[in-house]
Amino acid sequence: MSTARSSLTRTIASHAILIAYTLLALFPVFVIVVNAFKARRDIFNDPLALPNPESFSLVGFETVTSQGNFLLYFQNSLIVTIASLFCVLLFGAMAAFALSEYRFKFNPLMGLYLALGIMIPIRLGTVAILQMMVATGLVNTHTALILVYTAQGLPLAIFILSEFMRTVSDDLKNAGRIDGLSEYKIFFTLVLPLVRPAMATVAVFTMIPIWNDLWFPLILAPAESTKTVTLGAQVFIGQFVTNWNAVLAALTLAIIPVLVLYLIFSRQLIRGITSGAVK
Amino acid sequence: MNALELNGIKKTFGSTDVLHGIDLTVEDGEFVIFVGPSGCGKSTLLRIIAGLEDASSGTVKIAGQPVNTTPPAKRGIAMVFQSYALYPHLTVKGNMSLAMKQEGAAKSEIEDRVGVASKMLGLDPLLERRPAELSGGQRQRVAIGRAVVRKPKLFLFDEPLSNLDAALRVNTRLEIARLHRELSATMVYVTHDQVEAMTLADKIVVMNAGRIEQIGSPMDLYNRPANMFVAGFIGSPQMNFLDAAALGETSAKTIGVRPEHVSVSPTSGDLSCDVVHIEQLGADTNLYLRNEKVGLLTARLFGEHYFAPDSRVFVSFDRTKQHRFDAEGKAIV
Repeated sequence: MSTARSSLTRTIASHAILIAYTLLALFPVFVIVVNAFKARRDIFNDPLALPNPESFSLVGFETVTSQGNFLLYFQNSLIVTIASLFCVLLFGAMAAFALSEYRFKFNPLMGLYLALGIMIPIRLGTVAILQMMVATGLVNTHTALILVYTAQGLPLAIFILSEFMRTVSDDLKNAGRIDGLSEYKIFFTLVLPLVRPAMATVAVFTMIPIWNDLWFPLILAPAESTKTVTLGAQVFIGQFVTNWNAVLAALTLAIIPVLVLYLIFSRQLIRGITSGAVK
Repeated sequence: MNALELNGIKKTFGSTDVLHGIDLTVEDGEFVIFVGPSGCGKSTLLRIIAGLEDASSGTVKIAGQPVNTTPPAKRGIAMVFQSYALYPHLTVKGNMSLAMKQEGAAKSEIEDRVGVASKMLGLDPLLERRPAELSGGQRQRVAIGRAVVRKPKLFLFDEPLSNLDAALRVNTRLEIARLHRELSATMVYVTHDQVEAMTLADKIVVMNAGRIEQIGSPMDLYNRPANMFVAGFIGSPQMNFLDAAALGETSAKTIGVRPEHVSVSPTSGDLSCDVVHIEQLGADTNLYLRNEKVGLLTARLFGEHYFAPDSRVFVSFDRTKQHRFDAEGKAIV
């Protein structure tokens, strides 16, 4: 009886903490979404109020759709995010497979070298990266961003995936070798499906910073044709006047695609985070 | 022709020597079992035969052909693993036919061979299921079926029964023995369980610390162990090793007596002992005894017997069945 009650209080306490944290984390998002649907005056009068028939206004969305090239910006963001995500997952998984599967000289050193990027922020190299991009003529292209984001995402991807790949049964891979599967086929058909939860985890952790990044689009691809959504939203923030309706509407729209991608991965993600912790 | 020939196989990992020069021939149709304690190199040797691991030196010949540089799939072998290693994304049928598909065999031939193998192992009702929907015993049967389908020159088994419970282990053991008779195939089998080795093998290879201690038929090893390691490893309960001097023998350093060759009497015998512990198993009884001079010894009596712990008994040895070992642990013939 006493254990049942104590576990109940513990459940309530842990849920209270989690709910509080959820509210805290969602509050800024809530403010953005709510105010995106209000007229300018109402945003400043009472920022926390829900839109009502009087304050409701879609002027922000109208500005966004009519003024900026937002469809293009969205497209740019999606291209860059998805292409980078694809490269990070593919190359990350391949490198992780090599590190966990094959014995070769300098294997541990190589693993350490590839994981080093987790500790060193890639932005420290911005100047050098910009010089390289200028030299290769990649400034204002999607390729520039995709390359940088792939480099940025790889260390964590390799680190997480190689740990997971070590848990895949050796017997299974060997059975594949005896049955005549190539190393590529073993990798793609036997190993990858078994580390899918880890892949989803890596996908989410990689995707969100890329989608939200303002730094590299601003420096490497500020041209109209390659602008990303976060950069595009900046046109409404002026030195003297800021079109808050438009900024908030743009940000609200920017949440949608990343939310969709997250929902796709989230089922797998939960399995990935809890596997090992929960048998 | 020899199905398998190993010449001077050595293997080193970094600075540790795992195998120190293994020579072995396996004849066509033979059932050979590598047995030894964990870490003795038996699995490594099997993996070298399979081609999953490269030998540091030495040659491997399968059916007369050197295969040192041949990839596993082209060696004409099939392997059954301890953890079954079924492909989780394929059905039983898919699992069994994958290797032949990779070789590019005709569809009708694949169907035929899968049909024969599944009938042989009673897998027909399971063909469309996935490994996740099978029990442990069924999975291991599928894994064996997957090997049978390939019609290999050499079957390799890597502790195939270790993950099964006791009852299933006996059944699967019988199944493997039947398979060996029906296919008259050459099989190489690795286990740490001497019961499996004794019951299945034509020829047992006892390994210890990367070396072959003795090769022989099960009864050879039981009756004529070449050294104390083999004598102790084969037979359960373990052979008693007694100090020869304590028994008044001068021709040897150690005397080995199997527990089943020790007779116990409450009234008279060669040595007087105290009963330390008794295990009654129904069909036989194990007695653990202590003598002041020779220390602990085990006796195995057939049928039901009872001696109270701490009571005094007398033991005598069957002189014709005792083994003598010299100071280096080698048998004196």
